[in-house]
Amino acid sequence: MDELTQGMPLVVFLIIGTIAVASSILVVAMRNPVHSALFLLLTFLCVAVLFVIREAEFVAAVQVLVYAGGIMVLFLFVVMLINVRHLPEERVMSRFWKGGFAVGLGIFILFAALVRPGVYHDPNPNTKELRTVRTYRMRNVRQADGTVIRKRVARPRVVGNSEAVGMMLYRDYLVPFEVISLFLLVAMIGAIIIGKRELSADEEETTPAFILERTETEREVKESFSA
Amino acid sequence: MTTLAAITNPWMHYLIWPVVKFSIAFIIVQGIVAAMNWIERRLLGLFQARLGPNRVGSEIGIPWGLGQIIADPVKFLLKEDIVPSSSEKVAYYLGPILPLVPAFIVFCLIPFGPPPTFAVTSNVNVGLLLILAMTSTVVYGIILGGWASNNKYSLMGGLRSAAQMVSYEVPFGLSIVGVLMLAGSLELEEIIRYQERNAWMFIPQIVACFIFIVAMNAENNRTPFDLPEAESELVAGYHTEYSAMKFAFYMLSEYSMMVVNCCLIVSLFFGGWTLAMGGFGLTTAVLKGWGLLGGLLGTLIFVTKVMTFMLVYIWTRATFPRFRFDQLMDLGWKFLIPLALANIFVTGIVVLAGGEWLLSVFGVAVIVAVVVFMMRKPEKVSRKVMHASPVSEA
Amino acid sequence: MPSTEAYLMLSATLFAIGLVGVVVRRNMITVLMCVELMLNAVNINLVAFSHRLASLEGQIFAIFVIAIAAGEAAVGLAIIIQLYRAKSSINVDEARTLNG
Repeated sequence: MDELTQGMPLVVFLIIGTIAVASSILVVAMRNPVHSALFLLLTFLCVAVLFVIREAEFVAAVQVLVYAGGIMVLFLFVVMLINVRHLPEERVMSRFWKGGFAVGLGIFILFAALVRPGVYHDPNPNTKELRTVRTYRMRNVRQADGTVIRKRVARPRVVGNSEAVGMMLYRDYLVPFEVISLFLLVAMIGAIIIGKRELSADEEETTPAFILERTETEREVKESFSA
Repeated sequence: MTTLAAITNPWMHYLIWPVVKFSIAFIIVQGIVAAMNWIERRLLGLFQARLGPNRVGSEIGIPWGLGQIIADPVKFLLKEDIVPSSSEKVAYYLGPILPLVPAFIVFCLIPFGPPPTFAVTSNVNVGLLLILAMTSTVVYGIILGGWASNNKYSLMGGLRSAAQMVSYEVPFGLSIVGVLMLAGSLELEEIIRYQERNAWMFIPQIVACFIFIVAMNAENNRTPFDLPEAESELVAGYHTEYSAMKFAFYMLSEYSMMVVNCCLIVSLFFGGWTLAMGGFGLTTAVLKGWGLLGGLLGTLIFVTKVMTFMLVYIWTRATFPRFRFDQLMDLGWKFLIPLALANIFVTGIVVLAGGEWLLSVFGVAVIVAVVVFMMRKPEKVSRKVMHASPVSEA
Repeated sequence: MPSTEAYLMLSATLFAIGLVGVVVRRNMITVLMCVELMLNAVNINLVAFSHRLASLEGQIFAIFVIAIAAGEAAVGLAIIIQLYRAKSSINVDEARTLNG
């Protein structure tokens, strides 16, 4: 079993990595945003597989859940709302395309020079650490000189990756987590306020009452924001 | 020892066994899907006081119109396949195929029977999260199909579906959180074992169970929530331009996802392969002891429960009228999500303070109250009130 | 096992491709998609280092980055819709009112 389990991740990495790079190139190259979105979806799924190889199952699942299940659906929704087929035929490239490729190539060379093979030796990391939950207890600890003091002692316990991430997220990173949740709330309110449409006088006559009530409340909210 | 070596042989372990196990799960689920085609139409007929398909195959001696199960796929295969000339070809062909992939992958993660037997294909550490992630990608087929058909009704169906799926993903996920907090694991197997040790999860988590059933109907675009394919508004919604086998693929993925959701509700809230009240002697340990026979028995119990919930789907479809779109959004965002959050809050307090039996008492009280409410004597309704409609009053 | 450098090279490639997309493309939706691609490239880096250092912090930050990407997509798409209503176009070059 050993040969297969040793060799398999590398094979998977090569195949999936190639697909990820190819589809990300196609994201940039496709003229139609729907096709771009589909290739971006493929890239995200490939990246999720790469996370699994690195024993980050929870992040991989969140990646698929949030990116594939939420963000990309939102993108497709907007693309369909705008209905790209009726837009004038645009040139794919902007005026800066030479500069763009130069900057991309420059950044890539810079990164490649930083991470060239042999810089980061893999010290055969203790991957059990990625599945370990530490519970802290107050314990009497005997010091080297014989005195006994009370001290916080960590007791490691090997569980699953998701449990370890959860404990870390809700205990050691509680404040950043709360900040992120506040950020998401702000982003949500911002998106709603920005994305709202004012009804024209013509539309106001024909729309049913329940929608008018809503726009009235939204206008009030907006005014209170701008005031 | 030779058999052990055969089992632990890497190729057997990584390639042959998963394929064999997946095939068995696939056959079980597709059997249910094929049977559902006939059962749903017959039952809908009975609900609506008509017969339904009851005679296909009677010439060659197949009773009760069961020939319909074979006749329908044959019809789909032989029909003309019409592709709209102005459609976006790649997306149009991709649309029906894409949702099949996650629908089939999820079967690998569902524990159909007790562990050591054939039923569990793969036990992942983040099992439930992965199932949620996979089910959330089903929507792409609908969006793509609606967009690629180049038809305004299809596009409206796709748009509605995108908004609906993203909205109901949230209560769908949140309702599960209470269960996870009680069981303390993301693995479906562990959750089922917890239910065997304690009570079935729908008793302490009755609110979550209700939210889950509503959200699951919405995720599947089933009738109270079938706005993406509302035939009185949008012709046939996102699959207006699809015919023959492509249309059949859409149906196949919808029914497969229904089976998946029923499997989820059975293993999350209704005890998986276990029986209630200590299993009447059929505990997981006993089933394990019986080997293959026990596994088969566990699978049988599981599939029976799944079929029961498939019938609930049909019952819902025959009972409720369709929502208006703003009502749908209100139900999701203003009712289900706050309710799910409140449920998580209460469950969290109970788990932290100890005394999980309190939740069970609460759940039993709710169930008893509902049963008493339903068993009460119906009030005499006067004819006049029954016929008065809001329109004539206004 | 693939080495950490392989992961970092892959991440650098995706980041560079995303950057090229952001600068070169004119369709605003595609530009936003390329930004998402760059954020994801960062995630690959974080997870790779989390594995190499045998520490969960990288994964935690990857989750934070995913959350920020979600917020960024929501606000960005709202802006795109509003821009489309004002200009009937989602071309980046059209949105130059603030240029003065």
